Amino acid sequence: MLADMIESIAKILFIFGMNIGFFAPVLGWVERKQSAVMQDRIGANRADIFGFTVIGLFHSIADAIKVLTKEDFIPTGANKFFHTAAPFISLVPAIVTFCVIPFGGRYTLFGHDVNLVISDLDVGLLFIFAFSSLATYGAVLGGWSSNNNWSLIGGLRASAQMLSYEVAMGLTIIGVLMVYGSLKLTEIGVMQENFFRWGIFMQPLGFVLFLTCAIAENKRAPFDVPEAESEIVAGYFTEYSGMKFVMFWMGEFLEIVTISGIVTTLFFGAWHLPFITDQMLLSFFQFAGSNGASILAMLVNIATFFIKVIFFIWMQMTIRWTLPRFRYDQVMKLCWKMILPLSLINIFITGLVFLR
Amino acid sequence: MNEYIPVLIMLFLAVSTAAGMIIATTLIGPKKNFADKMEPFECGESPIVSPKQRYSIKFYLIALLFVIFDIEAVFLYPWAVLFKDLGMFGFIEMMIFIFILSIGLIYVWKRGALEWE
Repeated sequence: MLADMIESIAKILFIFGMNIGFFAPVLGWVERKQSAVMQDRIGANRADIFGFTVIGLFHSIADAIKVLTKEDFIPTGANKFFHTAAPFISLVPAIVTFCVIPFGGRYTLFGHDVNLVISDLDVGLLFIFAFSSLATYGAVLGGWSSNNNWSLIGGLRASAQMLSYEVAMGLTIIGVLMVYGSLKLTEIGVMQENFFRWGIFMQPLGFVLFLTCAIAENKRAPFDVPEAESEIVAGYFTEYSGMKFVMFWMGEFLEIVTISGIVTTLFFGAWHLPFITDQMLLSFFQFAGSNGASILAMLVNIATFFIKVIFFIWMQMTIRWTLPRFRYDQVMKLCWKMILPLSLINIFITGLVFLR
Repeated sequence: MNEYIPVLIMLFLAVSTAAGMIIATTLIGPKKNFADKMEPFECGESPIVSPKQRYSIKFYLIALLFVIFDIEAVFLYPWAVLFKDLGMFGFIEMMIFIFILSIGLIYVWKRGALEWE
């Protein structure tokens, strides 16, 4: 009982610390620095502590302090309650969604069974969809409550876009469920121990469609029409500044991490290294004793998972700074006329192939 | 049920982080109010039209379509999980279901509800 409590508190603190303490600030820096490198600029490099700049990494700390001391601005005529609630609603689900994503397998440590997922829900994927669709409210309420024309247009665009892509995203994942026959992410992870059973080989079309939908659902370029700064100032967060803006922004970055986590779990073998089964890993570390082998295997699996996650974060950042923004009608056309029919066809083909 | 307790702890942590950020910035940040500054942003002009007016019907249509197709997706989930157990019978049943909804999609498409100009 005590061991269970210690285990789950350790896992919660690890994931919470990873997301809030590592990914959110570092991605803020990566976004600026990577765009600078890709556009042949220098980028953030001024903030220093005792003369050390560490290629601009201290800008994350400087930004946090700066943003804390900014004014909490609410324009006249705005609905004060919803204006404050909107960034709140977009940040909270982004943090919670990571709960059901496994970042490692099962290990036996000192006679105690360790399962490396915060909460091993039977409805894992549905939980992710339920919570990620809550973020829609954040964007829509933010746009509606600001009493600003640009915000309202951005909020409307966000609502229509996110609803459309939510449907498409739900349908693209059906193929994966048909192959693995489970909504539980840990089970899906276990079934990908064999390299040739990875989701990318089972569902190549499903992967491409899912990643597209996920980026669109997260409203990032090339799908960032709700905040298109060249058309509608800053879209639904025109009237947001200081800490509330940062909360929207953190929510967006944590969604990137979650999307990468889902993609890794569903399509890229979760915590498994290619061609190496859990059993092989354990026997490879046998020199450290049975507990030592478990710990080393666990560390290798966690590192594998996060390296894959970081790869997909990098990929989304690169997409964001490579492609130009689509027009709004193109975004909607892509969803309803391309991705939706294609995902239905994907379900049909998956059914034909896997029906025995 | 025990599986949901860590989720609740995480939810509590998330809510307290978000609330802490909002409370900290309202306590620490400066407060200077004057009429011109508090106006909603309108590229330097005073706002002429209020945003609270009617907007395009397209957005309502998308909301309706969302309800229809999201329910389709909800019905597909339990079937997809049990796909291998149900076998050919379940597959044909579900394809008929998807076919009926595809007719709906084609109808909407042909009537031009998905066109934005």
